[in-house]
Amino acid sequence: MNDPALRLAGATIGYGDVAIVRDADLTVRRGEAVAVLGSNGSGKTTLSRGVLGLATVLGGTVEVLGAPVGRLRERGRVGYVPQRHTVSGAMPATVREVVTVGRLPRLGLFRRPGPRDRAAVAEAVAAVGLADRLEDPVASLSGGQQRRVLVARALAAEPELLIMDEPTAGVDAASQAALAGVLARVSAGGTTLVVVTHETGPLAGVLTRAVVVDSGLLTYDGPLAGAGAPAGPDCHHPAEAAGRPARGYSLDQPRPAPDAVRVRDGSR
Amino acid sequence: MELLEYGFMQRALLASLMVGLVAPAVGVFLVQRRLSLLGDGLGHVALTGVGVGVLTSSAPVGTALVAAVLGAVLIELVRARGRTSGDVALAVLFYGGIAGGVVLLSLAPRGQATNLDAYLFGAITTTTAADVAVFGVITVVVLGVVWLLGQRLYAVSDDEEYARAVGLPVLPLNTVLAALVASTVVLSMRVVGLLLISALMILPSAVAQLVGRSFRTTLYLACAIGVVVSVSGTAGSYYTGTPSGGTIVLLAIALFLAVTAAVALRDATARRRHGRRVVVHAAHPHEHGTGCGHRAVPHGDHVDYDHDGHLHAPHRTDSGVHYDEHTDEHTGDPVGTPPAGRTERA
Repeated sequence: MNDPALRLAGATIGYGDVAIVRDADLTVRRGEAVAVLGSNGSGKTTLSRGVLGLATVLGGTVEVLGAPVGRLRERGRVGYVPQRHTVSGAMPATVREVVTVGRLPRLGLFRRPGPRDRAAVAEAVAAVGLADRLEDPVASLSGGQQRRVLVARALAAEPELLIMDEPTAGVDAASQAALAGVLARVSAGGTTLVVVTHETGPLAGVLTRAVVVDSGLLTYDGPLAGAGAPAGPDCHHPAEAAGRPARGYSLDQPRPAPDAVRVRDGSR
Repeated sequence: MELLEYGFMQRALLASLMVGLVAPAVGVFLVQRRLSLLGDGLGHVALTGVGVGVLTSSAPVGTALVAAVLGAVLIELVRARGRTSGDVALAVLFYGGIAGGVVLLSLAPRGQATNLDAYLFGAITTTTAADVAVFGVITVVVLGVVWLLGQRLYAVSDDEEYARAVGLPVLPLNTVLAALVASTVVLSMRVVGLLLISALMILPSAVAQLVGRSFRTTLYLACAIGVVVSVSGTAGSYYTGTPSGGTIVLLAIALFLAVTAAVALRDATARRRHGRRVVVHAAHPHEHGTGCGHRAVPHGDHVDYDHDGHLHAPHRTDSGVHYDEHTDEHTGDPVGTPPAGRTERA
């Protein structure tokens, strides 16, 4: 249990043989709540996908919960909320059915969910404030509510490490506040949080540490406050605050247009 | 009933019952995975197996099963590689399958049962007792696997990326599903034929998906629909003298169109009612937000706005924002604003 939740050493992550995140060093201790910041195309999503085993580790070390990412036997200990606005299935499904999927990795290949699992599902759905919608079809929920269903699916696994990709993007203010409340409780319970986002605003009370990714390189690692307020494509770059110029362009030159780098955006 | 007096009709109805039950039970996962035409492709591949069986004088059902399962595994491996050439590889496999079958069947010595039509479009009355026994085994195996692994297959079909991230065995599960499809293809060969198999996997699921609320009920409903169209189509074809496969598929399509129309009618009625509620301010001068002058009233997952004594609930559509009047669930009347100071409504 004393292994760090996450350890990257000289990690290069990409797709096929194209490196997108290069030479990343990062250690996240158990119980930390870390924001991974960066503009579109910076590589922040690729970083998280490397940790999840969805992108390829091309070099260096990526260890999750003490095991190399490719050999992590119990991925069920990792929760994941993908960057998606809705639950996408073509067939109807209830909130309970979607969230129950989060329990399956803990059950091996054949075991059926038991009372303990059903309780965890109900608890996770209640945590995101949808207890009264448990048996409703997911398609009848609003976009913000569907995002909360995806959060509940990750929580149902009772993960030791929870990775979320842009959980607040396109979600109304009330849902953002609700999400911040949920994450605060989860974090207080000892779960390690890694939140990939371009806006920390709604979650500023929960996340304490920030890592900034720019053009595939980690350019800042420190307290969230020092990372500067929201790291959108158009704003002041946090690397300035850290006293380190971001690589690839100087402060006097205009930032590359987000569109120019978006082709490599790892949000696939 | 007259048709039950004939042994061939008994076998035909038994076969159609099994097909009607099994094809949708596998088909719902294909629809969920948006791979509706996988069954079609494996039907093509199975024809080569039929050709090998006829040529070597072994049972075509067995060789078709082997060919279809091999094809299914191959397809999943190609898909897992994720290369763009996968699409071309599938085309080669599918059309190679049907071309191989046609050529092999043409090489069969005269006097063999080489009626290509029977395999492509079904010839249910040629079902032998041995076929029924094989179909029975396939039915039990397929339904057993779906019962055992259904939740995992649902998870992988629903969100493959998530399944991979949390460590579900995605490739093995996808391969199992493809093998189930291959088995179903062979089971359906006599009843609906290799070219129409996909229809019986997809159409009942498509109907059930329009009315189901949960995945489980949708699956059961699809199976029930499958059994009804399959058995009634087979029985009907006895009286009309039409081929069973085509009759079953046309029945399923008729049902699909009828249910689609009924659902569209229901939605249109609901939209009209909704429209009456919105009409109070058809053209809204501004988008509510902080500082617009209207009091914000948090309500569940969204914020309503107090607008001249009634509540506006923002409702985003492709064309922008419009506001629903909050209506009382029982009377349908617009709900007035709660007294100031009481911001949360039950």
